[in-house]
Amino acid sequence: MTPAHALDALTARLAVAADDAGLLDVAFTTVDTPVGPLLLAATPEGLVRVAYATEDHDAVLQSLADRISPRVLRAPARLDAAVRQLEEYFAGRRTAFDLPLDFRLSAGFRRDVLSHLREVAYGTTASYAALAAAAGSPRAVRAVGTACATNPLPVVVPCHRVVRSDGALGNYVGGTAAKRALLTLEAAA
Amino acid sequence: MRLEPFEAVVRRHGATVLRVCRAVVGPDAADDAWSETFLAALRAYPELPPGSNVEAWLVRIAQRKAVDQLRAAARRAVPVADLPETPSRTGLPGEDDGELWAALAALPDKQRAAVAYHHLAGLPYAEIAALVGGTPEAARRAAADGVAALRRRYRGELS
Repeated sequence: MTPAHALDALTARLAVAADDAGLLDVAFTTVDTPVGPLLLAATPEGLVRVAYATEDHDAVLQSLADRISPRVLRAPARLDAAVRQLEEYFAGRRTAFDLPLDFRLSAGFRRDVLSHLREVAYGTTASYAALAAAAGSPRAVRAVGTACATNPLPVVVPCHRVVRSDGALGNYVGGTAAKRALLTLEAAA
Repeated sequence: MRLEPFEAVVRRHGATVLRVCRAVVGPDAADDAWSETFLAALRAYPELPPGSNVEAWLVRIAQRKAVDQLRAAARRAVPVADLPETPSRTGLPGEDDGELWAALAALPDKQRAAVAYHHLAGLPYAEIAALVGGTPEAARRAAADGVAALRRRYRGELS
């Protein structure tokens, strides 16, 4: 084995040993999708972050180190189910995610909005105003927009299904092209 | 200052720690010493004061793990196999450069540690003295004596 391969093997072994020892506070991996590479990160409680490349994966990992724990390692095993379900989703073979989710990166009203997002079914859309009403604050339309823009779990928590009341697409954390791609995928399936 | 994700620490310092482990315990036991070093480092990492010299901290942990390994190896007392006779082509200790590893392994403990920490890990002599005991001057002498002994015993070129 070359030294680089030896180090890769040792690093992979370290991730497994760290998980066994209860020291893997944040496990991450990346998955290639039609909307670009997605970073997936999970705590022992569940999936805690999905990030588009436009968010800068290194910056996202640093923010996970700051906000959760610096014990962050590439450890794909913890994300096997998430990767598999995302691949099925992008292949049009999955309409809902069945994964433990860790919402610790979202709090208060934003977290309420995210929980209501799960009621917006695959292949449908809801307006920012309708979601504000569902969250019990019909006038908080802009705050719903902020909640969607700061969704720590895009794709899995479907903020891409929230559009403007006038029919326009609205902004998206992964960019409007990604939002359009997801809605097109869901409409076709 | 913030602590980086531990993944970045492994990427940046993994190769140096592996060189140190190989020099101190030999290529066979080095992988286990490396794994134990980084697992112990991961455990302690959140308490590391930001701005610390991470490489020196890792080498200190590796030193403790290497001593554990050497003690365990001494208890097991496995007979040594024949050493390969292939001369080095590169002058750097590689995976298959058994001759240089054998020459390094033949050095007295203090010389081997001083050579590893100074020439492989790039630590200053003051830091090495803190690791292995004694004065910085003694560490400098041990490294110089170790390199001189390697030059006598090893037929390949030292970089």
